[in-house]
Amino acid sequence: MRALLALLALLLAVAAPAAQAAQAPRASLPDIEDEVMCLECRTPLNVSTSDVADQQRAFISELIDQGRTKAEIKAALVREYGPRVLGEPEEKGFGLAAWIVPILVALGALALVIVTARRWRREPQPAGAEAAAAPAEGGRELDPEDARRLDAELAAYDR
Amino acid sequence: MRPRAYWPVTLAAALLVGLLAYGLTTTGTDTTLDAAVAKGERPSPPVGSALPRLGEDGTGSLADYKGKVVLVNIWASWCDPCVDELPLVQKTHEMMEAKGGTVVGIDVKENTGAALDAVDDFGLTYPNLRDRDGDFVRKWGQTGYPENFVIDRDGRIAAVRRFPITQKWVDETLAPILDEEA
Repeated sequence: MRALLALLALLLAVAAPAAQAAQAPRASLPDIEDEVMCLECRTPLNVSTSDVADQQRAFISELIDQGRTKAEIKAALVREYGPRVLGEPEEKGFGLAAWIVPILVALGALALVIVTARRWRREPQPAGAEAAAAPAEGGRELDPEDARRLDAELAAYDR
Repeated sequence: MRPRAYWPVTLAAALLVGLLAYGLTTTGTDTTLDAAVAKGERPSPPVGSALPRLGEDGTGSLADYKGKVVLVNIWASWCDPCVDELPLVQKTHEMMEAKGGTVVGIDVKENTGAALDAVDDFGLTYPNLRDRDGDFVRKWGQTGYPENFVIDRDGRIAAVRRFPITQKWVDETLAPILDEEA
């Protein structure tokens, strides 16, 4: 019985990773090339038509044919072409700007929204503006001058 | 917009313009070497980190060849003019080797397998270093492929050719540098 249990455990240990691997989706060129840069053209590989892009695609296809996963292929790309091949900006020099500027812009925009909203809430509405914004229907009557002008324009329209 | 709200906008615009200017000045093409060599000067090569050796373990740098005349050949097998140039580069290496010089290839932006195929196809016997992402050659003011630089025995750049080499250029420009004493 013990031997049978041991055999069962061994079978499970071998079969589980194999089943997991079988379930992992097979890597494909379209799935990878939109996350990879053509180093010479500085455009995503899926829109690059240069010779260097063709060579990069051939390299990826070769690894796909070998049954490598997407993560393994991306790691191989970094090994062969350096981290820039994944299109991520460098974390030094001018490349730092690509990380910092969006954060600063977002913080600036947030600050602007907060400041503007607080200012709007604090400022009192002018009396005239409030009156103009109020609907005439169901509210106050038109003043005589406006009523006269309205009548005159409606009469002109009827003619 | 109220006048007091202008200064943050002005500051943000100034920062963006400054960033743009910084980007343009740091990523543009550097023509310092060309200008110096054109004036008859022999500038020092840009300082670069060691590069992986093609087809071998470990790294190498141009400093490893100090005391020799070196023809630095920037190439890639996906570049047709580079491939067309390779037979003459190999022939030049054989000529230089006999006089205490060497070609050092800098293979740019390609995978090891593709580069080694070209080395085998053309029977290249000179050492090659790998510039995986083009960072090394950018410091040399690289604008295209292939490009060639001659480094004299004192380790200074004596000639720049931002095109494929020709036999005439080898005879008239490289050979006299090879005949110079250190």
